[in-house]
Amino acid sequence: MNAFLAIVRRDLLLAARRKSEVFTALFFFMIVVSLFPLGIGPESATLRRIAPGVLWVAALLAAMLSLNRLFAADHQDGTLEQMSLSPTPLALLVSGKVLAHWLTAGLPLVLLAPVLGLQFDLSARSLGILMISLLLGTPVLSLIGAIGAALTLGVRGGGVLLSLLVLPLYIPALIFGAGAVEADLAGLGAGGHLSLLGALLALGMFFAPWAATAALRIALE
Amino acid sequence: MLRAHGLACDRGDRRLFSAVDLSVSPGEWLQVEGANGAGKTSLLRILAGLAPVAEGLIEWEGRPVAEVRDDYHARLLYLGHAPAIKEDLSALENLHTTAAVAGRPLDEATAMAALRRIGLKGREDLPARVLSQGQKRRVALARLLCSQARLWILDEPFVALDVAAVAQLCSILDDHLSRGGMLIFTSHQAVQLAGTGASLRLGTPPAPREGAA
Amino acid sequence: MSQRLINWFKFASPASFYPLAGTLWPWFAGLASVLCAVGLWISFFVAPTDFQQGEGYRIIFIHVPASWMSMFIYCVMAFWAAIGITFNTRLSGMMSSALAPTGALFAFLSLWTGALWGKPMWGAWWVWDARLTSELILFFLYIGYIALTSAIDDPRRADKAGAIVALVGVINVPIIYFSVKWWNTLHQGASVSMTKAPTMATTMLWGMLIMALAFWMYSIAIALYRVRAIILERERHATWVAELPEMQR
Repeated sequence: MNAFLAIVRRDLLLAARRKSEVFTALFFFMIVVSLFPLGIGPESATLRRIAPGVLWVAALLAAMLSLNRLFAADHQDGTLEQMSLSPTPLALLVSGKVLAHWLTAGLPLVLLAPVLGLQFDLSARSLGILMISLLLGTPVLSLIGAIGAALTLGVRGGGVLLSLLVLPLYIPALIFGAGAVEADLAGLGAGGHLSLLGALLALGMFFAPWAATAALRIALE
Repeated sequence: MLRAHGLACDRGDRRLFSAVDLSVSPGEWLQVEGANGAGKTSLLRILAGLAPVAEGLIEWEGRPVAEVRDDYHARLLYLGHAPAIKEDLSALENLHTTAAVAGRPLDEATAMAALRRIGLKGREDLPARVLSQGQKRRVALARLLCSQARLWILDEPFVALDVAAVAQLCSILDDHLSRGGMLIFTSHQAVQLAGTGASLRLGTPPAPREGAA
Repeated sequence: MSQRLINWFKFASPASFYPLAGTLWPWFAGLASVLCAVGLWISFFVAPTDFQQGEGYRIIFIHVPASWMSMFIYCVMAFWAAIGITFNTRLSGMMSSALAPTGALFAFLSLWTGALWGKPMWGAWWVWDARLTSELILFFLYIGYIALTSAIDDPRRADKAGAIVALVGVINVPIIYFSVKWWNTLHQGASVSMTKAPTMATTMLWGMLIMALAFWMYSIAIALYRVRAIILERERHATWVAELPEMQR
């Protein structure tokens, strides 16, 4: 457990020393979201309808931006070797890295989303649902993303390949996440969507660290 | 003790080495030599359990490593080519993190003492980014001073070190050996260490060598 | 039992599988062409014209078996991936990578014929129908697998990484299918489904089954053929390859 906390602490410390990376992803999120009204037109009825999808797709892309670096630096400087020699199971250390990734790449999006939602004339209630759906969904993105990042470690053209591998797997999270807000807008109640999103998160927390660990071991050989 | 029989290693289609036998007992050291590309690093990685064994068997205290992996790793300190130093963390933070990951958290005093002894006094809180190549190596080597591992596997520990640091590292290694530790390392230079030592030349059969002490 | 196990593992070695695949694939290829001819004959000349959909419906004789095969082949790939990870057999990874292009081909065929069918039926080349959308995502999964395995130079590493992708994918396929279906009902998209043909005449069913069987045989034949090429490429330094009769010429 000590090693797990040390990994989380170290990654957060590194992110704090390199704040620009966190802010780049946040600004990317803001810009992408702001582009849609410009492309589609300012009618608030239309905007309200597309808001959940736009916000979710933009959050998904922004969370993917930093995936490339999730393991790459550790692989290069030998930290990954030390992690795999640790008496603590590698899967647990990988979970620590995923948690740190979510805290630096996912959580800021959750906090920023309601502000951007205001641009789309969403009600306070819908903004709340949006936040909850992102709160449940962004960890799934980090977890699945970790598998992709581990698989593309040290592979030619890893960045593009990573998105090719990971984006199709993101679809369920996108559907349930955006669906929750849409269902709420349609007056259907978002409970079902959110529970399914929670189920995805539970499944991801269980499987993803193992799959990512297996992929890392391949990269280490 | 660590023993290996008939180790072989493949890199792509090519066989780097085969039929490598070695054994290291408490207080003994083994220097792995060979030309560039002979497979020195690969051999160390195989011994550390980082790379799969293509052929052969590695035994730790008489039992196959595959069976006692956790116990083996708890007693092993491996320092690879890449020193696992984060540029944005200070020397002290780097040392704390690596120690915690290795399952042996350090207290502040031990960590500071280790950094001082390795010659980084006054630089403990500087980010590793501003340290020189040799100083970065020293941060990595500070781990040796805080380690209770029985077996040290060091890949090119003398690289990028100045004369004083080489002498210091030798004395650290001597201390380790005199405590009954085991040491396997690669180096291109001849090294004088205490205890019994042998050298293993990859590509040719191992030749025994007398200890300096 | 143990006797049978040993026999099975004998063929897990590329050296003994290579000649076996060599004898088998022409038979499967022959079967595939015969079945394909029969299936196409039934579907074009024997099966009656559909009173609702006219002649255009005949494309389902290609479309439906192709969709079946694309999903089935992904499962087979995942099966080989699991075998490869559990038993660390070299052949499993080769089988997976031999199957992937065929699976992707069928997924593409299914999408293409779906579009061709959709134009006269729905008046649009593409409809966000749950099945079509899932098929599209399956196609993406195939492309991801092929892209990853071909980007890694070391074949053993590529096999292992591919195996993880295939397994992660196969866990996700039902989740994706379910989520897309859920999404589809929420948005009340197209309600027409291709496989929900109003009344399926027996001859239609026969045509479809025979075509499915033909595709099946084709997949086996082409996978065996391709795995032979992969074995030769990877084992080109092995002595048994140098001793092959086709190498003596």
